[in-house]
Amino acid sequence: MRPLDTIGFAMHSLGSNRVRTLLMLLAMSIGVASVVLLTGIGNGARLYIVDQFASLGTNLVIVIPGRTETASNTPATLVGETPRDLTLGDARALMRGDTVRRLTPVNIGELSIAWRGKERQVPLIGSTSQILEIHHLTMERGVFLPDEDMEIARPVCVIGAKVYRELFGTQNALGEMVRLGGFRCRVIGILGSEGRSLGLDTEELVIVPVAFAQMLLNTEGLFRILIEAKDLDVLDRLKKHISSTIAKRHYGEEDVTIITQDSVLATFDKIFRVLTLTVAGIAGISLVVAGILIMNVMLMAVAQRTAEIGLCKALGASQLQIMLLVVTEALLLSTIGGLIGMTLGFAGSWLVVQFYPTLQTTPPPWAIAAALGTALGTGFIFSLLPARRAARLDPIQALAKH
Amino acid sequence: MIELREVSRIFNVGGQEVRAMDRISLTIELGEYLSIMGPSGSGKSTLLNILGLLDTPNSGTYLLEGINVTSLSDNQLAATRSRKIGFIFQFFHLIPRLTAQQNIELPLLLAGVPSKERQARSTRLIEAFGLAARSNHRPDELSGGQRQRVAIARAVINEPAVLLADEPTGNLDRHSGAEIVELMEGLNSKGLTLVVVTHDPEIGRRARRQVRVVDGQIAADSLRGASHAAP
Ligand SMILES: Nc1ncnc2c1ncn2[C@@H]1O[C@H](COP(=O)(O)OP(=O)(O)O)[C@@H](O)[C@H]1O
Ligand SMILES: [Mg+2]
Repeated sequence: MRPLDTIGFAMHSLGSNRVRTLLMLLAMSIGVASVVLLTGIGNGARLYIVDQFASLGTNLVIVIPGRTETASNTPATLVGETPRDLTLGDARALMRGDTVRRLTPVNIGELSIAWRGKERQVPLIGSTSQILEIHHLTMERGVFLPDEDMEIARPVCVIGAKVYRELFGTQNALGEMVRLGGFRCRVIGILGSEGRSLGLDTEELVIVPVAFAQMLLNTEGLFRILIEAKDLDVLDRLKKHISSTIAKRHYGEEDVTIITQDSVLATFDKIFRVLTLTVAGIAGISLVVAGILIMNVMLMAVAQRTAEIGLCKALGASQLQIMLLVVTEALLLSTIGGLIGMTLGFAGSWLVVQFYPTLQTTPPPWAIAAALGTALGTGFIFSLLPARRAARLDPIQALAKH
Repeated sequence: MIELREVSRIFNVGGQEVRAMDRISLTIELGEYLSIMGPSGSGKSTLLNILGLLDTPNSGTYLLEGINVTSLSDNQLAATRSRKIGFIFQFFHLIPRLTAQQNIELPLLLAGVPSKERQARSTRLIEAFGLAARSNHRPDELSGGQRQRVAIARAVINEPAVLLADEPTGNLDRHSGAEIVELMEGLNSKGLTLVVVTHDPEIGRRARRQVRVVDGQIAADSLRGASHAAP
């Protein structure tokens, strides 16, 4: 029998029993649709998380003073000696590395800011012009901190949108002198209202040059140093560069902690991949259920068509041909059901995106392949039993069953 | 062309042996017209099924065109059925969802004949069998006689060596039955070997050679006119 004739014959037999065919198509397509949709949602959630981390900068390395690893039971920590401060000198030394793209020292504190009798407490960040890029900050008006040596304590500040509103209302702030703690300082810019920096709402921030912040907060030390690697591949070299530079400057002590985001991100990525797989697996069960349904219905169909199968054998059909006919029917059902299911799944994903635009629910290619593969696989496997039963029918008895 | 040597077919029914064929020897020449008669349950259908390779003997030898078919595999048997044997049944056994023409083409479809050739060959038979007006009808839209004509067309479309008919008129009225027999006799006159199982003596007597089966054995094997007992 020619392949096209086999398909045609199977199609004809499917078409002659519409209810049965529609039922099986429905089961198959629901299975495939749920795999496609659920993996799409899982994948969307993963991408969302990854994206959130990426906005923090995945190749960002944070250096904070003091060791936090429990393993470092050095005499110093046992005695309770406070670790050496990170200083602007350390920051400057760390800048000399070919793995560093951007670097900024950061200080953090709380201060009062006042203008024409209005005063309020604000979180203060001391940093350099680099933090604008590193933390993806935006400017609403004016300019950010000048790109100059980090040791220059220029008395200027950039204020958050809310700070501006509360002090100035709608009046012009640029060029105005405000009082920050005990010092006077000139407002040179207003931050855009988007985003957070160091866990702080940018609307409420005041940012000043780091050396000026040290003056204001009366400290020599730094809260942390943010370093952006040239790219992800040099992250390890960058970490070595940091350890060795600090060790050299701190008399052999590596008394800093280096935090990278990639390890955290990798963990989340893994968790969500497993989650997506799990969800896909659960959806896959419905495919197997569909497969069992196909098997039952095909068994019924074989029983119903005993005479027809017996006749085909009497007319010279081999066992293989009979099996092929039954399997082809099942494969046709699962292919068509799979394609309908994919369409439904994609339509569902599209709908989800309409309601939750942040969730990019594109089903991953492997899920599509897996869903279709499972559909075809279950169609094939679960049709083998009915096919074998059909192939082994004794033509005489089959024909006698009138 | 067909030679059975001491062929037996034994069924086991509830622990009891039923000898549906008891050491039957029978030779059929190319182009012969043979009828098989006998009481119900005497083993006529069993004999025909063995001849048509639908069933295999428990013992004995069956030579078809000189080839020992008792040792063929299942697939070889199917292929031989497809090429050499045409079958007609009492209950027609047409596929209800297929049209007359599609039913006739079924053996060619199974044998992998391309659709153009299938159509050409089935159209020729449809015209020869007077079914032209019915070729696109389904079996339930055909009369009994027409259904059996479709079945005969299906049986001979592969140009088999032998046409085996098991009670072909059993489900037809006298008139249609006669028509069917005449159609088969016409094919026989063109060289097709014809074996008809029937319990209708009127039809059985028309064959040139008449075999009588009783209790799984050949009780009589006579040519029309003459009469002699089985060896
Ligand atoms: N598949 C079978 N299983 C058991 N017994 C059978 C089977 N086929 C035929 N027989 C028995 O074999 C004998 C001959 O049957 P059959 O050839 O159909 O007779 P006929 O066609 O002459 O009426 C009967 O006794 C019948 O019951
Ligand atoms: Mg019978």
